[in-house]
Amino acid sequence: MKRRSLFLNTTAGLGFLFLYAPIIALIIYSFNKSKLVTVWGGWSLKWYVELFNNDQIIDAALLSVKIAFISATLAVVLGTMAGFVLSRFGPFRGKMVLSGWITAPLVMPEVITGLSLLLLFVALEGMFGWPAGRGTGTIIIAHTTFCMAYVAVIVQARLSSMDETLEEAAMDLGAKPSSLFFLVTLPLIAPAIISGWLLSFTLSLDDLVIASFVSGPGNSTLPMVIFSKVRLGVTPEVNALATLMIAIVAIGVIAAMYQMRRQNRMMSS
Amino acid sequence: MTSSQTIDFSSKETEVSGKDKPATSSVPLWQQEGAEPFLRIENITKKFGDFTAVDNISLNIYKNELFCLLGGSGSGKSTLLRMLAGFETPTSGRILIDGVDMAGVQPWDRPVNMMFQSYALFPHLTVADNIAFGLKREGVAKAEIKRRVQEMLDLVQLGHLGKRKPHQLSGGQRQRVALARSLIKRPKLLLLDEPLGALDKKLREETQFELINIQDELGVTFVVVTHDQEEAMTLASRIGVMNHGVIVQTDEPHDVYEYPNSRFVAEFIGSVNLFEGVVIEDEPDTVRIQSEEAGGVLYINHGISCAPHQVVHVAVRPEKIRLGHEQPEQKENCLHGRIMDFAYMGSLTVFKVRLDSGKEVRVTQPNFNREVGERFTWDDQVYLSWTEDSSVVLTS
Repeated sequence: MKRRSLFLNTTAGLGFLFLYAPIIALIIYSFNKSKLVTVWGGWSLKWYVELFNNDQIIDAALLSVKIAFISATLAVVLGTMAGFVLSRFGPFRGKMVLSGWITAPLVMPEVITGLSLLLLFVALEGMFGWPAGRGTGTIIIAHTTFCMAYVAVIVQARLSSMDETLEEAAMDLGAKPSSLFFLVTLPLIAPAIISGWLLSFTLSLDDLVIASFVSGPGNSTLPMVIFSKVRLGVTPEVNALATLMIAIVAIGVIAAMYQMRRQNRMMSS
Repeated sequence: MTSSQTIDFSSKETEVSGKDKPATSSVPLWQQEGAEPFLRIENITKKFGDFTAVDNISLNIYKNELFCLLGGSGSGKSTLLRMLAGFETPTSGRILIDGVDMAGVQPWDRPVNMMFQSYALFPHLTVADNIAFGLKREGVAKAEIKRRVQEMLDLVQLGHLGKRKPHQLSGGQRQRVALARSLIKRPKLLLLDEPLGALDKKLREETQFELINIQDELGVTFVVVTHDQEEAMTLASRIGVMNHGVIVQTDEPHDVYEYPNSRFVAEFIGSVNLFEGVVIEDEPDTVRIQSEEAGGVLYINHGISCAPHQVVHVAVRPEKIRLGHEQPEQKENCLHGRIMDFAYMGSLTVFKVRLDSGKEVRVTQPNFNREVGERFTWDDQVYLSWTEDSSVVLTS
């Protein structure tokens, strides 16, 4: 190991402190006994108990998980197809435009995505009567749209770094194109698909802006509930909720990273 | 070899080809009159847009041959191999394997397997599952698959590694897995794309001979693509030298080296000294060539077909040249020069000699003894000579 200088150590320490001090403070205060958010009153788990007794929050959390699960799954299917097209179609007219279109939601301001989807849903309802009103269904569609972009990018990267002679080798050994995808291609990009799913799941769970635009009455997701609660003043209950969410998201991101690493190790050999 | 041998191959003695295939049949198939080729390539052309990768190649390869397609990058050798495997469709021409036209036959239906340059092992499958892949597609019974996989693993001496994943193997082991996987379906024809390219030198040498043994044992016809002339020389029963999409020469390794038919082949395989000159005497068993570059008359003891006063090149391999301080008795094929540089390589020493004409010549001398023998050093005045049967006249 190379020895690092004091300067480097200090810089790294300060950087991480800046990034994570607020989160650590939040986690610590979620175990606060005191009712006042800013005053430390000793350790306690009572806000977690209160949290689980709060039906509104629990319902919102369950709804969020349901939406995240469905939209992550849909995004994986559509995103894999898009990534496949982008990496395997070879050069074709408008490839740049298509790949630009697919990745645009990554950089598009969420407000604009949300607003445009809302306008689309309203227009569709006016013309075809579908989707009738806004609610869980429209949130799922909206989340699928932007999560799909992430999956497409991840899958495309995986596919273009994959040795195409692997597919030729499979054909040479008697695999017909129909079984080729499931025998060779899919297992090889599976880690990318899994990490894409995990990423989509956490993105959907986190999203506040887009969901606020396209949800209807009685269909508040967890971030929406937290946001509305915070507007009335921060309660220690929200700290507990935020801590749990951080834990879930961290687990998702770590799992996604682990998948990617495992796959890189395998593919690079 | 006798000194009376000519370029006419039909009269060649059969002992030459006995090298790779011990005593099964004395005369190799490609020398037998009317022998049925196993693989026929008829006027194959492949174009990519305006670029012609393979230009009207016809080639016959016989059963149990280990045929090497040798050529530099872009010579079309890999394209030809991929057409045999079915990954590329010929623009025109026919490929017949064992008498069956391969037009329209998909890669997964061909009686051909390929070993890829990158080995293309499936990283998500174990070694045993990699090898079993081909058999599983055929729907062979489980017990049978298990038995044949173990047989293959034993053949390539990896019997104990069946449960490993490819990334846990060394380069040499992966190469063996790739070979086992391509052989398990008992293909009639095995295509090998630079089979030893990714191995280090020592491992290559061992593997070369192993490959020949396996080929002998299984009696599969091999077509090997390589850019490495040494690999081609050791492996092949015959070599097809390719350049710009054309096969320039097809012969046994010995003949490709000793009797190249063009300057390209002479220079591509091994190193060679070329002297430009004009034919001044052309008899059935003598050719004399006046060469300014050599600074004298060069004499060859076999006839060539050429016009009088045609400009030709005389090719002499570095190891065929004798080096000496004293003028040898022979007057012809004897040149004079000065040693510019030399490199001691252990088994032999390489000299760079500048002739009086100014041309630089490469000479190698084997180091028979440790200390005794004539010593040469920089600026020595030396005589270069060779026998009348050790040079070749090239007209193209």
